[in-house]
This record gives sequence, structure tokens and C-alpha cells, in this order.
Amino acid sequence: MRDAVSRFVRDGDTVVIEGFTHLICFAAGHEIIRQGRRDLTLARLTPDLIYDQLIAAGCVRKLVFSWAGNPGVGSLHAFRRAVEGKRGEGGNTRALEIEEYSHFGMVARFSAGAARLPFWPLRNYGGTDLPRANPRIKTVACPYTGETLATVPALNPDVTIVHAQRADAAGNTQMWGLLGVQKEAAFASTRVIVVVEELVEETVIRSDPNRTVIPGMIVSAVVVEPWGAHPSYAQGYYDRDNDFYVAWEAISRDPAKLGRYLEEFVHGVPDRAGYLAKQPGLAARLKAKERLSRGVNYGF
Amino acid sequence: MTVVAARELRDGEVVFVGIGLPNLACNLARATHAPNLVLIYESGAVGAVPERVPVSIGDPALVTGSLMVCGMADVFQLFLQNGKIEVGFLGGAQVDRYGNINTTVIGPYERPAVRLPGSGGAAEIAVHAQRTLIIAKLNARAFPERVDFVTSPGQRSGGRTRRELGLPGAGPVKVITDKGILEADGTTGEMTLMALYPGVSPEDVQARVGWPLARRDRLATVDPPSARDLRLLREVLDPKMLYLKPKGDGKTA
Repeated sequence: MRDAVSRFVRDGDTVVIEGFTHLICFAAGHEIIRQGRRDLTLARLTPDLIYDQLIAAGCVRKLVFSWAGNPGVGSLHAFRRAVEGKRGEGGNTRALEIEEYSHFGMVARFSAGAARLPFWPLRNYGGTDLPRANPRIKTVACPYTGETLATVPALNPDVTIVHAQRADAAGNTQMWGLLGVQKEAAFASTRVIVVVEELVEETVIRSDPNRTVIPGMIVSAVVVEPWGAHPSYAQGYYDRDNDFYVAWEAISRDPAKLGRYLEEFVHGVPDRAGYLAKQPGLAARLKAKERLSRGVNYGF
Repeated sequence: MTVVAARELRDGEVVFVGIGLPNLACNLARATHAPNLVLIYESGAVGAVPERVPVSIGDPALVTGSLMVCGMADVFQLFLQNGKIEVGFLGGAQVDRYGNINTTVIGPYERPAVRLPGSGGAAEIAVHAQRTLIIAKLNARAFPERVDFVTSPGQRSGGRTRRELGLPGAGPVKVITDKGILEADGTTGEMTLMALYPGVSPEDVQARVGWPLARRDRLATVDPPSARDLRLLREVLDPKMLYLKPKGDGKTA
């Protein structure tokens, strides 16, 4: 992870760590904080706890998003302080710049980026104040029907980081459960880092090709990092650590507590193994139960 | 309020489920009168049958045993924009006279007094769902004449009707509150008092609404929840009171 972040994530980059509640790569986010990246533009539908941590750590210049809450719990308080004008955390003296869409808008931005088109049309935003808050949401007249459609600009990140259940050494990556917008975000990106629970042989990938979401040809680096998505989850591996999501409410509300959290669990450990060593009992509490799929016949 | 909201769902309907109380109401409906309700979550789970109350709309229990799991581009384009969603179910920090919902900011956008989470999928649900239900606790702060920011369009926004704005769905047809039910007037688009909870007067409702509230000539009385509904909610669906306890902002979208 250290090498992948060091080689592929640079100051000033537009960085995407995707995953909708599921498969959010906290391990990569923590390594970016440890390496002290600055002036990042972070994009993601739901900034979640990981971007709240990156904001508090002073890594972020701008946030592009569509729903900035603590899912099922409440607020992201470092984000709120940065937007509501209470600054000063992590040496961050400037206001956080924001660019806001809806989920459909963000998905459409990644779709345009992945297809290497300049924009994506969608039937949306009529009667909403979102285009007023974000002038990059525009309209176009359909050349066939004359209908006015909303448009959003392509999003092409410098680097996209995707957590997944398994990949082979060449980066052919398989995931299951909620798929979010990872495929589009990866194809839209200049560089792609894949982080997996398990490294498998190519024959395992080839035995179930419909499950491959990201092909090795677009992957810059593969990192093996079991439990790398904790406190989010990996279907079939471990459940969401909801206790931590609830605890984040009190931690993030108090800048001093948040600082101590980063000191202890991010700066205070060398890597993911160190982070996990501080939390014995995670596996006993969160390991997934077995619900195997039946499998299919790929023969001809 | 959750029980009253659940009653609005008909068996077999396709529902796009938002986080918080809508999530609970949909799962209550599925456990009672609407076993064939098709729950679609913006996270990509279609036909979800969660074995535990989903903590969020991205809960892994939504995947296990579902009919289909798709990417979010498919959720928004192939299901929602395609017109396949019959009911959209939304909460909101502010709801106004025409059912416009604000989940973005209290105060001016550039310098907000309170920064809320934002749209999530709520803007497009309000645009595309064939009809939308809103669930929100009644109080004057939450029900102003005009919301500070229109995140999700109601029956009329900026003086223009849904037809004039080119919005495909019927928009918010009802607002389920903890005192009574408002419904959109077919002509004016105004949210109009149609039913009261037992023991609540029209004046109680008016005192918690920031505009002169129109009312139907005959106000219905909402049936109280059955013992079975309450037992299901408290013992089976939400025993840890994740949703049923009062909470701050941040649970909408």
C-alpha cells in the first residue's frame, strides 16, 4: 500500500475512493493521510467517514459529492465544520471548496468519464436549486426531439482506488454484493489502484468471468490488504462495523477527539496490520456468515 | 407515523426506498399487508428481503436473498429514469407549501447555518417516481412556507408547475406527519390537510405549519396503529430503536 500510494497518488490530484457503503478502502485513505498528501480534490457520491478523516487531516482542497452524511447515523462533522466556516483543523486554514450534485448526477459524471465523452445527458433537476448552487450543471436541447435535458460534465480522476473481494496478480478484479459506481469510476480514471481481500490465481478469475468488474488492463497496482475496508464491509468477508459508525458521531463532533483518533489509529500505526493489531476481536464480532451461491455451468 | 406511512403502500408495488423512516415503513408494509412489495434501494439491491432492519441503504442484508443486484448507473437509468418506480419515499429536514423538500442547507447556500447531507438520490426520485410520499415530523421550523433550498421538487417550484417544468412523475401526493396527513390539491398543488390523528385538532396542525393551511371539508380520522403493528415495529423490525427514537438531522436522502 505504501508503494502504491507513493507512486500513484500525488499532491493536487483528483482522487476517487469509491464504494457505496460497501467496499470503501479505508486502508488507502489512511495511507494517504500518513504520507501527508495535500491539495487533493476528492470525489465520491457519499464522502463517508473516510473523507471526513481526510478533510480533518488537512489533505483536501475540494470535495465533489452528492450526499455528505454518516449513513444511518447522522452528520460528518469535520465536513460540516469546513463548510459552515469553522476552520483550523489539521492546519487547514482555507475553506473547503465544494461541488455538489445528486447521486444520479455523480453516476452520470463517471459514466461520461468512462466513455470518454465530454458530458452526459439526464432528465433531471427541473424545479431544483442544484443548478443554481452548481453552475456546472447545465442543459442541452435534444437534437432529435427538442426536449431540454440536464447535463453534467465528465469526471476523469487522476487516480481511482477500488476495494474488492479478490483479484489476480494482473489486476483482474472480481466483486459481488453492492457494486456502486466502481466500474465507471475505474474506467474514467487515468490510474487505478485495486485493493483486495484475497489474491487469487488467474484460473479462479477465469472460472467465473461474469463476476469480473475491472479488467487488469486498466489497473496500475494491486494491493493485498485483508480487512482493508473496515469499518465499512466486504460482502461474504466481514460485516459493517456499525458501532464504529455510531462512535464517529462523537469523535468527529470534537476536533480534539478527532485529532487523537487520527494520531492513534492512522499516524500511530505503520500500516493496516498495525491498525488491525490495535483492535483484536474484530473477526469474532464481524466475520460474515456463509451464504454460498449455487454456481453456474459455463460450458458449451 | 411509520405505521400510517406503511398503509400508503399497496401490495405488489415497486418502491424506491430512502434511508430512515421510509426504510422502516417499507419493511413494515412488507411484513404485514404488502408481502409482494418490491423494494428497490439506490445502492442497487432490487427485490430486497432484509433479514434484519437495514442499518443504512447500503446494508449487506439487502443483498442476501435479493432478486437482483445492479450497479448504480443501472438503478438510476434503467429503473428510475425509465419510469419503473411506482412509489418514491422521502424524508426531509424542510417541507413546504407545495411539497418541495430541502435536505441541503438551512440558511443561504454559500454560508449555511446548518449544512445538511444534500440530495443523494432524492432529487431524481422526486422527479421520476410515479408518485412520491413524504414522511416528516410536523413542526413550524420543518414546515415553512418556502424551503431555504429546493433539493427535491414538489408540485410547484419557483412558481412553475410540474408540467411546466417537464417532470415525468406526479410528485408528492401525500405528506405523512405525526399529527395528520396532508395531500396535494389537484388544482392548486398545495399541501392540504386531509386527515388527523385521534385527539389532534386542525389548530394543532396549523400551529406547526408556516403557511395558512387549506383543509378538506370533511377531515378523516387516522386509525391508530394495531397492537400487531406496534409489536412488529418494536420487537422485530427495530428492536434497537435505530429509527424510532428521535434523532437530529442527517437521516434523510
